[in-house]
Amino acid sequence: MANTAKQDFTTSQGTKFMGISLIIGIPTLLAFAFFFSPADDNMDDAVRLLYIHVPVAIFAYVAFITTALGSIFYLWKKSRWWDTVAHASAEIGVIFCGLTLITGSIWGRPTWNTWWEWGDVRLVTTLVLFIMFLGYLALRQVPASPDLRAKRSSVVGIIAAVNIPIVNRSVEWWENNTLHQQSSLTDGKLENLTLFTLFLGLIIIGISYLWLMTHRFRVGWMATEIESAGIAGIIEERLNEGSSNSGNLNPQRKEDIS
Amino acid sequence: MVFLGQFPALTGVTMKISQGEIVLIKGPNGAGKSTLLHLCAGLLPMRKGSGTILDFDLLTQRMELRAHVGLLAHRTGLYSDLTVKENLKFWATTYGASDAEIDSAMEVFGLAGRLESVQVQNLSEGQRRRTSLALLLIKRPSIWLLDEPYAGLDDNGRGLVNSCISQAAEAGSTVLIASHEISSIGSKRERTLQVKGGRIVADSQDGKEGHHYDP
Amino acid sequence: MIRDAWLVAKKDLLIEIRSRIIINQIAPYTLLIIVLFGFALDADTETLRDTGPGLFWVSTLLVAILAVQRSVDIEISDSALDRLLLSGISPASIYIGKTIALYVQLIILEVGLFIVMLVLFDMSVDNYPLIVASTILTTLAISSSGTLYGVIASGVGVRETLLPVLFLPVLAPAVIGATRAYGDAFGRVNADGWAWLGLLSVIAIVYTLIGMLTYGKLLEET
Repeated sequence: MANTAKQDFTTSQGTKFMGISLIIGIPTLLAFAFFFSPADDNMDDAVRLLYIHVPVAIFAYVAFITTALGSIFYLWKKSRWWDTVAHASAEIGVIFCGLTLITGSIWGRPTWNTWWEWGDVRLVTTLVLFIMFLGYLALRQVPASPDLRAKRSSVVGIIAAVNIPIVNRSVEWWENNTLHQQSSLTDGKLENLTLFTLFLGLIIIGISYLWLMTHRFRVGWMATEIESAGIAGIIEERLNEGSSNSGNLNPQRKEDIS
Repeated sequence: MVFLGQFPALTGVTMKISQGEIVLIKGPNGAGKSTLLHLCAGLLPMRKGSGTILDFDLLTQRMELRAHVGLLAHRTGLYSDLTVKENLKFWATTYGASDAEIDSAMEVFGLAGRLESVQVQNLSEGQRRRTSLALLLIKRPSIWLLDEPYAGLDDNGRGLVNSCISQAAEAGSTVLIASHEISSIGSKRERTLQVKGGRIVADSQDGKEGHHYDP
Repeated sequence: MIRDAWLVAKKDLLIEIRSRIIINQIAPYTLLIIVLFGFALDADTETLRDTGPGLFWVSTLLVAILAVQRSVDIEISDSALDRLLLSGISPASIYIGKTIALYVQLIILEVGLFIVMLVLFDMSVDNYPLIVASTILTTLAISSSGTLYGVIASGVGVRETLLPVLFLPVLAPAVIGATRAYGDAFGRVNADGWAWLGLLSVIAIVYTLIGMLTYGKLLEET
């Protein structure tokens, strides 16, 4: 992954392999989700969206946790690598989280009869998580020295991620006031084909995450290289400022030298 | 290498300052004199280069350095809504000074009486600088850092500054002054650093003129 | 450290007493928000009683942004922060001191707002201990995260717009808890207010801890 110093594109053997798996995998997943797997007893065809919604939600969390880890490691080791990982993962996490909310909303419409349900704590707090990481990305864009930006983003990223357990456990901890589907993965009552499609979904979305991460990380890395080059340029100018007629001591001070 | 935001204010600093030295820092505007003083106060992180002040390493020991430093900066660091006395009281308490010391400093700098209950935002520039100077005296640091100390002061004020410097020098404190108004402090022990483009381009201690420092 | 923190807190509060920004400018602003909500909702008293807790906490948050900005401005305007760093007071003490000062200012604002709400919305309280407890905890969450985010959003020139975007989402869970607790305390909502206090405590403690640990590092680059 770190082998991109002199390239100006972000593809590699690895990403090509992942890309091809996705070109094959995504249509396969959609086929299974929307055709092959059976309709659910309770939800009919609405369940099909879950094959996308659930994995995307899971990987949104994975992405945000990665950001938090990247932030923690950055604060600890001050390494640009970890900072770039944190940033890249946050961006992808925001996309996946947005998709989670959209697919969730579409799924909810026929089932709950509403596009949005304020009474559902998990739904609402996922939206809040989305906004928190939007704030993280906004902070990232602010012009400042790289160290400052990285340090501050790290703290924000960690606090935002600390809210993940609150989001995830909110359903069980506090209110039973939810229309949210209880976790049927662990029920064990799913049919073979349904189970298979779900796992296929997990794998395909997982590969999408890795593929996007690889590209985004490389882009981010290149951005930091460009920034360093820019700073090196400014340093160069400053040095030149210093060396033009620099031996120019004020003659009258000779007698001040003891 | 010291950055202010994304600007490399200091690009090459290699220096050692020992106890009791009186150092005059000269250079054109924008050369980095203020930044150098702030660095010597331990307020700024240094990325490359090396420097010690009184055996405190500027790279690794800047937190420890701070308690020994008194900085008279361009921005006076006072709370504009509080009165002179309230400011002095607050800061003096953080330095561990007594009320008596506060009172005597106020006398010396002409802040006692009417001025002491005036809010800092209503003071003139000169009065603010005198308050700042008073705090320097109260703190009694072993390192005095003065950034353009004569700016905004009348003859009276300038006299005060000079007597502070002499006192500090006599007491064996280390004094660094950045100024383009004076060419000499008039002390035998004096050392001059010439700063330009973020580098120390000359150091009178070397006895040679035009000695270049590598960044 | 407690002594130093207390010193900083007293100083901030003294500045507020001298400048009266909270009293003269920010307090009327909270009143204004509530009144605007009253107009905008075109409400009858029943609706106002139902929405009261929510409006209260939203107004408090909006106003907290201003209070946080003021708290940061005090240190930045004449580089008093540099002097503070040179004074030997530890960053953690500065953090606690400023959080305490912000806390006191917010509580005063909230008490005023609360009384106004009781009057304007004709509300009655069933459960005062719950009100007090939830207010104490929520305000702690707001002030501890506010002091921290005040520094994070400062010194980069876009503070006014960046601070709300960073600061408010982080308090959304606290607002949920506080509003439910208040709703229960006013007898309007069938929620277990005391259970929500658990959430509020966790948030308050976590933010305070993170603040104490990271404030020092963040101060350094301002």
